[in-house]
Amino acid sequence: MSDSPATATVAPARSSAAPRRRRRDDRRLALIFLLPATIGLVVFYFWPLVRGIALSFTSWDILTPAQFIGLENYARMVADPVFWNAVRVTLLYVIINIGIQTVVALIIAVLMQRLSQSTLLRSLVLAPYLVSNVVAALVFFWILDFQLGIGNQLLAWLGLDRIGFFTSEAWVIPTIALINVWRHMGYTALLIFAGLQTIPHSVYEAAKVDGASEVRTFFSVTVPLLRPILGLVLIISVIGSFQVFDTVAVTTNGGPVDASRVLQLYIYDNAFAQFDFGYASALSVALLLVLVAVTFVQYRITRAGQTDLD
Amino acid sequence: MSSTTPRIPTRSAVRPAAGRDPDRKRTRLSPGRVLAWVVMIVILAITLFPFYWMLRTALSSNSALYANSQSLLPVDLSWGGFERVFGLQSTEEAIAQGGSGASIDFWRYLLNSVAVATGITACQVFFSAMAAYAFSRLRWAGRNQVFSVFLLSLMVPQIFTLLPNFLLIRELGLIDTLVGIMLPSLFMTPFAIFFLRQFFMNVSTEVEEAALIDGASKVRVFFVLIIPLSVGPIATISILTYITAWNDYFWPLMVSYTDESRVLTVALGNFNEQTPQTGPDWAGLMAATLVAALPMLLLFMAFAKRVVSSIGFSGIK
Repeated sequence: MSDSPATATVAPARSSAAPRRRRRDDRRLALIFLLPATIGLVVFYFWPLVRGIALSFTSWDILTPAQFIGLENYARMVADPVFWNAVRVTLLYVIINIGIQTVVALIIAVLMQRLSQSTLLRSLVLAPYLVSNVVAALVFFWILDFQLGIGNQLLAWLGLDRIGFFTSEAWVIPTIALINVWRHMGYTALLIFAGLQTIPHSVYEAAKVDGASEVRTFFSVTVPLLRPILGLVLIISVIGSFQVFDTVAVTTNGGPVDASRVLQLYIYDNAFAQFDFGYASALSVALLLVLVAVTFVQYRITRAGQTDLD
Repeated sequence: MSSTTPRIPTRSAVRPAAGRDPDRKRTRLSPGRVLAWVVMIVILAITLFPFYWMLRTALSSNSALYANSQSLLPVDLSWGGFERVFGLQSTEEAIAQGGSGASIDFWRYLLNSVAVATGITACQVFFSAMAAYAFSRLRWAGRNQVFSVFLLSLMVPQIFTLLPNFLLIRELGLIDTLVGIMLPSLFMTPFAIFFLRQFFMNVSTEVEEAALIDGASKVRVFFVLIIPLSVGPIATISILTYITAWNDYFWPLMVSYTDESRVLTVALGNFNEQTPQTGPDWAGLMAATLVAALPMLLLFMAFAKRVVSSIGFSGIK
C-alpha cells in the first residue's frame, strides 16, 4: 500500500497499466510462494517463543493443567545452587572452547592462505565437521579411556600420570571443550579463510615494501582488517557453544557430581526426568537472555558490522 | 600515448621479480616456511587421527584390544565389530566377543535416518527456495520488511524452541514418529532462504524478461529458469541440510522412544549405554560410529569442492 504513491511519482505515466497489473499479480503469487515458509516461521519459531515465555510463569508437569505461579520459577532459579553451578560450568566450557577454537582456526586459516589453497587440504580440515557430535564424543571417549585409550597410553609412554579425562572434576569440562574444538575448528577456519580472501593483496605488498616481518604483518595488517569477520564468526560460534548438549549427554551425563552439568543438560533433565516443564522453560528463558546479552556485547565490542577496508 | 608510457616501467619492474626465481625458492625453503608446514601437518594429523582410530579399533577383535591396546595397527584383525553392528552374529557369539548381546536393529535405524534426512532436505530446500524466489524476484510491497522478520528468526536459539515444539508435536500425536522428528525443520530455515536468495538475485533479468515476453508465467520462470540456473547453490545447501539433519541428536532424542522412529545418532547413544559386564564393546562401538559417519563422509567427498568453496560465502555474507 505505502509504495503506490511512490510508484506513481517515480514511474512516469509511460505505461502505467501493464506494470501495475504485473505488480498486483506478483503480490498474490508471493503470498503463495511464501506460505510454507511462513507456516514454518510462525508455528515453529514465533509460537514456541511466545509459548516458552508463557510457560516459564507456570507450574506444569504435563499431566495436570498448567497453573500460573508468577515469578516463582525465577525466584527458585535464583536460589538454586545447581542452576548457578550450571551457569558456571557452561561459561567455563564456552571460554575454553571459544578461546582455543578461535586461535587454532586463525592459525589454520592463515596457514592455508600462505602455504596452499588446495581444495583437498580444506576438505581434510573440514572432515570432523561432517561427523555428528555423538560420533565425535564416542571416538574421544575411547581415545581418552583411562586404561585402554591411546591418549592415556601416550601419557604413560611420556612418563606422565594417566588422566581421568571424563572422571576428574577438573578435567571433564576442558576435555569436552577440546572435543568440540576438534569438531568445529576446520569449519571456523574456513569462515576465517574466506575472510582473509577479502583482504586485498596490495595491503600485504605495501607492508612488505615497508619491511614488515611476517609476524608483524599478521598482527598489524591481517588481524585488524579481519576484525569484522572475526567478530561475526565469534558471535556465531559463541551462540553455538552455549548450546552444548550432545557431547555431555553421551559421555558423562553431567558427572562427575555436577562438574559437567551444563545449562542445556539441566534444562533437559528438568523437563524429561522431572517433568517440570515450567521450571525448564524458565531456565531456557534465562539461557535466551544470556545469549541475547552476550551477542549484544560482542557485537558492540568487535564492531562486527563495520569494516576498515573501505 | 600517455597510458603506454607508465606501462613500460611497470613491465620492467615485473620482469626482474619474475626472474628472481632462485630468491623465491629460498623463501620457499626458509625456516619459517618449514615450521609452518610442520604446524600444518601436526594439525592435519590431529584432525584425521580419530578417523583412523575408529577404523583401527573397528577392525580389531574386542578381547585382543584389552590385551594389546597400544598397537597402532588393528589387533587380531576381525570383522566381528561390524558383524555385531549389522546384527549378523548370534547373541551367544556376540556376547563371547564382548558385545552386549542386546539386539540392535541397525538397518532400521539407518533407514529411519535416511528417511528423516531426505524428507527434511527435500521439503526444506524446496520451500526455502520458493520463499527465496518471492524475496528476490517477485515485486510486492513490504518485501524487505517481511524478509527482515525472517532474518530475525535466525536469532532464536534452538534450545528455546525445543521444549514448546516438543509439546506441540505431542499435542499433534506425533511423538515417536518420523514425521514428528521432521516436522519442525520441514518448512524452512531462515539460513536456507537467506542463502538461496543471494543466488537468485544474481540470475540475469534479461533471460527472465525474455521468458516473460514469450508468455511464460512467473511460476514457470521459477521452475524452468531459476531452479535450473541455480543447481550449484541448491546442491550445496541440500548437502549442508542433509548433514545437519543426519547428525542431529537432541531433537530426535526428545521425540523418539522406540525403534519405530529411532535414528542412527540416538541408536549410537543407546548402543554406548548397553555396556556388557566385561567392559565396553569398543570394537563394536567404533564399527558403529564408522558406519554412522560413513554416508556423510562419502556424500561430502562427492561434492567437497562445491561445499568447501561456498562455505565462506554462506558464513560471511
